[in-house]
Amino acid sequence: MYANTRAKLIGLLYLAPALLFVLVFTAYPLTQMVWMSFHNWSIIEPPKWIGLANYVKAYTDRQFWTSLIFTLKYTLYLTPILMVGGYLIALLVAQNTPLRKFTRAIVFVPVVIGLGVSSLLWYWLFNYNFGPINRMLVDVGVVGKPIVWFGEDATRALWAVIISIVWKVIGFGMLLYVAAIQAIPGEVTEAAMVDGAGYWQRVRQITLPLTYRTILLVTLVSVIGSLLAFDQFFLMTAGQPFNKTASSVFWIYLNSFPYLKLGYGAALSLILAVIILAFTIFQMALTRRSQA
Amino acid sequence: MSAEYALQARSASESVAAGHRSGGRMRYLLGAICIALCALMLAPIVLSVSASLKTTEEASAQPPTYFTHQLSIDSYNRLWAYQEGLPTYLINSGGVALLTIGLCLLLTIPAGYALARFPVPGKEFLFVLLLLALIIPYQALLTPIFFMFADLKLTNTLLGLAIVHTTIQLPFSLYIMRNSFEAVPRELEEAAVIDGCSSWQVLLKIIMPTIRPAIVTVALFAFITSWNEFLGALVMMNKGSIFTLPLILANARQETSIGGTDWGMLQAGITISMIPCILFYLLLQRYYVSGFLSGAVK
Repeated sequence: MYANTRAKLIGLLYLAPALLFVLVFTAYPLTQMVWMSFHNWSIIEPPKWIGLANYVKAYTDRQFWTSLIFTLKYTLYLTPILMVGGYLIALLVAQNTPLRKFTRAIVFVPVVIGLGVSSLLWYWLFNYNFGPINRMLVDVGVVGKPIVWFGEDATRALWAVIISIVWKVIGFGMLLYVAAIQAIPGEVTEAAMVDGAGYWQRVRQITLPLTYRTILLVTLVSVIGSLLAFDQFFLMTAGQPFNKTASSVFWIYLNSFPYLKLGYGAALSLILAVIILAFTIFQMALTRRSQA
Repeated sequence: MSAEYALQARSASESVAAGHRSGGRMRYLLGAICIALCALMLAPIVLSVSASLKTTEEASAQPPTYFTHQLSIDSYNRLWAYQEGLPTYLINSGGVALLTIGLCLLLTIPAGYALARFPVPGKEFLFVLLLLALIIPYQALLTPIFFMFADLKLTNTLLGLAIVHTTIQLPFSLYIMRNSFEAVPRELEEAAVIDGCSSWQVLLKIIMPTIRPAIVTVALFAFITSWNEFLGALVMMNKGSIFTLPLILANARQETSIGGTDWGMLQAGITISMIPCILFYLLLQRYYVSGFLSGAVK
């Protein structure tokens, strides 16, 4: 009995640093954020209780809705490209031949470099005067004169960002898909082949259903990542034109830091966090079931 | 299915290959697609590295040249001397990354040990609490953390930013640690306990060597996250002398000595930022892939 109590205590002691860290640097800021969201607070004046006014303000804030809808649009355009593209690449490289292994490693390389760095890299590639993409498009003859990627046209800027992100993260889904495809028992595919099923028929009837959980998982991870987009818009479009390409996190950042509307920024953060939470709970429920 | 057929059973991927093999022409076509894909994925990196090696004049040519005509390290020289100088930013970024690695290991090794080996009361609840950061995105918490850090004098410090990066990385690290501690057979420790070793000695002498892969994985991912993280650094650091690499590059995009953007220098900075990530990835690919596979299913 004594030994057991002692073991409990020792266990708690080992756990204490991590627990303390999470309480101080995650749980406490979370309560602070909720508190802030009910206050009107700029640095200069002391915080003043205003109840739900920040949330009402968000509801009537046109830029909040513009940013949210823009972020959803970005998510909606990007996710299917990542899902289908990632899956097709995975099918292409799932075998363990040297060339396929090499291709897998190469497609994954952009995943390990920073999002900020890749955004700056693509900002240059898409640059009007100095970017190789315009030079190439003109040389090939697709366009007569260079294209203004980050200018008046918000949709064009959005597509430029999407192209850069597809390059950056498509390897992530590919890797998980390849692992799922390789985990399919050989006999299942063999049986289908004996039955005379063609390649695409097998993909549709065997590979896709058996990797269904991974597809859902990758989709959710991509969706959550897209809803939290910041670096790519801050660095590539800077929200231009007229904050039309400012993502939700971008708008929260602008309110909290340059504008110092701290209470309002906290309310916006909380709204976004709740939206993300819904997706996260869904993801956890899903993975828990797939582990069981 | 005949026994003879069972003998030929191959892995799923190989049988997919068999499908492809049916047409020789198809095989070449797919191979060509693989090569084209590699070229497409590598092109931005190759263009950037090549642009970083152009002369000052060529780097600001419009329209740009595709590849460097004359190799030059002008851009690197300018980057070396840019504002506080490249070494400062390398030290800042490296320092934050090392502190993040240290914090992640220091917190999650004992925690993983406790969760795997000790009858901690309310264990599963505490585990979920430790994973709190998974549920709430750190982007949303930056404002309150910023004000707490302002009180604690942690803004504009490497340690402060490392703490932010650790909160991001903690759930993944803990998950990896707990799993690897649970995979260590208990028999290994029992002998040591009989010999009178304390739990601390068991951890240091017996378990630590066997969980080395987990330590490498946690350190690798902590490095990549910290080295590349942008928003937290943007919020926490507002003195130029304490900027990390991504911040100074974002700055370099806007304001430089030659008037407009110094594209050559920007590419030099991008190249230098990419090198350690790609290098670690190539060297530690095994840890990277296994980390990703288990981490995604956290």
